[in-house]
Amino acid sequence: MRFRLNGKQVDVRAPAMKRLLDVLREDCGLTGTKEGCGEGECGACTVLLDGQAVNSCLVPFGQVRGRSVKTIEGLRGRHPLQDAFITEGGAQCGICTPGMIMAAAALPPNATLDQVRVGLAGNLCRCTGYMGIYRAVKKAQGSGLKAQARTRAKAGTNRTQKAAR
Amino acid sequence: MRTPVSTFELIEPRSLPHALALMRDSQPIVPLAGCTDVYVALNAGTPPGTRYLNLLSLDALRGIARRDGVISIGALTTFSEISRSALLARHLPALVMAAREIGAVQIQNRATLGGNVANGSPAGDSLPVLAATDAVVVLRSAAGKRRVPFVAFYTGYRLTVMRPDELVVAVEVPPVDGRQWFRKVGTRAAQTISKVVIAAVRAPRPRIAFGSVAPTVVRARRTEEALASGGTIDDAVAALGAEIAPIDDMRSTAEYRLRVAGNLIRQFWTETA
Repeated sequence: MRFRLNGKQVDVRAPAMKRLLDVLREDCGLTGTKEGCGEGECGACTVLLDGQAVNSCLVPFGQVRGRSVKTIEGLRGRHPLQDAFITEGGAQCGICTPGMIMAAAALPPNATLDQVRVGLAGNLCRCTGYMGIYRAVKKAQGSGLKAQARTRAKAGTNRTQKAAR
Repeated sequence: MRTPVSTFELIEPRSLPHALALMRDSQPIVPLAGCTDVYVALNAGTPPGTRYLNLLSLDALRGIARRDGVISIGALTTFSEISRSALLARHLPALVMAAREIGAVQIQNRATLGGNVANGSPAGDSLPVLAATDAVVVLRSAAGKRRVPFVAFYTGYRLTVMRPDELVVAVEVPPVDGRQWFRKVGTRAAQTISKVVIAAVRAPRPRIAFGSVAPTVVRARRTEEALASGGTIDDAVAALGAEIAPIDDMRSTAEYRLRVAGNLIRQFWTETA
């Protein structure tokens, strides 16, 4: 079945009623998307479907035909949100983080703190107490361009280090 | 335990007539759309069937329109679409308020009004709005179309008047005169199943409906009557006690629900005065 995954056209064979979550993890090898509750309460499995945040544990693979799916891997570790979650303490154990970041990625630009709270209300975190997460989202939104430039520079350094090794 | 689904079928209808033919000829078949109820059941190991009909591609079941004052909302309309609708914000604000309190954004992006109606949970948050505004459920089968008043749609806990071959295709809401009011009481603001939920319309003949206090969503007719006939708010709250039947369950107690339902009537009456 053909659909767009993280910007690329892909063709994946999997049962139509299999959960998108499981297709991503088992058939596409993208294990960044986590399973938490399996009932649409916790948001750990959040991905973007045609740009909208959805719980991938509640989506049959058959409904993804011809549509566009974006997962945490699609942000390539260089997104301003990812950078801000690190610097602001938005992640601790990490299970909620990919879903939290994908839900944040679906927020309108320049969202108010209220909009951030509402937009992330479907994502549960048992570690951070949420304040670090809200700070991270606000920071990424406020200084998106600066953060992106910094992350790019950092990624460049990593590559250099790897090459040196 | 999670249901193994690899052998389950998901059938893609070509059109609404094709879907209706499948509903007539290929039973048992479970229609699904946003899957926010069906997949909770599958993930909990209680599958509602092994063959499913994917309604999502049926554009005939989409759209919000207003004709001669009657608002028609397609069954596939998601709660996010309801939240964003300027037409509904103007004419049916109580439904917009309800839509914003259903689950959280991930659920609102997928869950549909038709699914909330057909699923028939007594805690469905959109349902008191449809009861209080005297909505009509539009049902289609291969044999034709029929309209059922929303207040006559449920016959018991998760039971409806729908025949096995019928689909909910739309909900129609006649013009509403008076101020609309909605309030959901739950453990937290988002992502919660209501302990008590109320929708009401303030008019000379007030209309009040509750969810989560009986086996189905209920219109509080005697409470409405007490208020319409000039009774005191205490009379109305006393009448309410005689016509709802809350229970103790994992979310709350009968006593709490009864008390809060009465408080909500008082709050509705004060805030819409």
